[in-house]
Amino acid sequence: MGTPALRESATLFPKKRRRPHRGYASSVWWFVLPAAVLYVFAVVVPSAQGSFFAFTDWDGVSPNPSPVGFEQFTKILSDPNAVIAIRNTLLVAIVVMVVQNILGLLIALGVNSRIKSRNVLRVLIFAPVVITSIAVGFLWKNLLAPDGAVNQGLEAIGLGALRQNWLGDPDVAIWAIMIVMIWQFVGYSMVIFLAGLQGIPDEVLEAASIDGAGSIRRFWDIVRPMLAPAITINLMLSLISGLKVFDQVWVMTQGGPGGATNTISTLIYSNAFQLGRFGYGAALAVVLTIFVAIASAIQYRLLARQES
Amino acid sequence: MYRYTWRTGVLEVVMILVALIFLFPIYVLFNLAFKATGDQSSTLAPPERFTFDNFAQAWSQGGLGNALINSAIVTVVTIAMIVIFSAAAAYPLSRVGARWSKITYFAFLAGLLLPVQLALLPLYQIIRDLGLLGTLWGVILVGVGGAMPFSIFLYAGFMRALPAEYEEAAALDGASAFRTFWSVVFPLVRPITGTVAILNAVWTWNDFLTPLLYLSGSQQKTITVAVYGFVGQYGAQWNLIFAGIIISILPILVAYFLLQKYIVQGFAGGLKG
Repeated sequence: MGTPALRESATLFPKKRRRPHRGYASSVWWFVLPAAVLYVFAVVVPSAQGSFFAFTDWDGVSPNPSPVGFEQFTKILSDPNAVIAIRNTLLVAIVVMVVQNILGLLIALGVNSRIKSRNVLRVLIFAPVVITSIAVGFLWKNLLAPDGAVNQGLEAIGLGALRQNWLGDPDVAIWAIMIVMIWQFVGYSMVIFLAGLQGIPDEVLEAASIDGAGSIRRFWDIVRPMLAPAITINLMLSLISGLKVFDQVWVMTQGGPGGATNTISTLIYSNAFQLGRFGYGAALAVVLTIFVAIASAIQYRLLARQES
Repeated sequence: MYRYTWRTGVLEVVMILVALIFLFPIYVLFNLAFKATGDQSSTLAPPERFTFDNFAQAWSQGGLGNALINSAIVTVVTIAMIVIFSAAAAYPLSRVGARWSKITYFAFLAGLLLPVQLALLPLYQIIRDLGLLGTLWGVILVGVGGAMPFSIFLYAGFMRALPAEYEEAAALDGASAFRTFWSVVFPLVRPITGTVAILNAVWTWNDFLTPLLYLSGSQQKTITVAVYGFVGQYGAQWNLIFAGIIISILPILVAYFLLQKYIVQGFAGGLKG
């Protein structure tokens, strides 16, 4: 949110054009064409087909899938794996959203202060964001092994009682995956909060300080309202990416042990590409689309309200 | 108001401790990669002797060099196409007030709602039927098409905030719409081009699912697919695996540390995604 132009660019609702342009009308179609063709090819057509297959029994091979109505969707409700996957998906999305943003905000406040190491810390904490999720996944798979570095580290600082079979225990594994996601993306939240914090003029905080407002009071009454857009964006970014999570889970557990860490995305992949249940996978994808659409609609409403 | 008080000092110590805990996994990553295969010391202890053997072996056996080149090709071509196509499309969509332009804009935005999983299965068939399976073009075209909604959204927002006077002057001087776009508008939107390029470059380089689907089983691999296969092949030889992982993330980490100011700005500039 650096320059005013950038901030303006984020406006969701187009303002009325000042005046219509002459000379554009006929030639400008060509400008949209390449983007439109590729978008239709890679997104519109396959998404429409995907939604269509959700109402068939297609196995991915047979030439003539037969329509089965809502059967695939009712199957989801009676499939214990799918119920666990949906529960996991919602749990991961919400827990990661809350924890990642609280930590991201605290770190942002920390490195937005006058400490000498602030620039180095910003760079280091953001670094995992640019690392491939699968590299992160493999790294943590090793760290979280029963005799891995995490358990050894806990032992070393006298917290041996907290040792876990992190990825092997069905009750713990999904939480271990959340820790990894938070580690990877807390820097992203930090950067967005930092951008928001830097938009708050020092004079305002100084004035409040002179008026006797303590640091908690200053945070709650001045910083928090001015951070509102950054908070909304952060919450939604992490919520939507949490709903779609695939890479980390696939690399660390492949949905195991015993399906305990499946998310909707991993279940779609295994059903469609390993078990040949395209129709069922497509129905799960439609469910995921609905979740993402609901989250996006909430975001749209919140941002629209802030802008007006 | 901003003196370095004892409270700042305490904060500094706390923040450095947080950072050390945060960087613990990275320490283990490098520590194991530099250990000889037979080194029986604990994961946490530094290597008995430093060795580059794991790197040499990972490099020669993992086909990582080829995969890095493929990833570089995919990323550069994808980004070039994304920037040109999405900037060009956003220009009329942000300038023409006609109804078709608004409808097209929102049709693009609707793509933001669709998770890639919904399109995954049919797109696989389409790519296969086009004979693009196992080629880098399949990955590139899918990547460019999928990036259109967000990139057009960023460009259109930025262009709307741009005063139209420069373009009107160019039009008065007789410049064609294409010329106006290329010589006047495109240079003016450079800040958002940076954001679009950086965000998409990181996503493209790191993408796993798309290349896994369209390249698996072929000789062409991107770095993420190569690392995935490499780990499958070397099972529990973590020293080797970690060396391979370091090789795979090194290019992007070097780019990040060199360009960190721009990259962080790029991410922050894409705020409202």
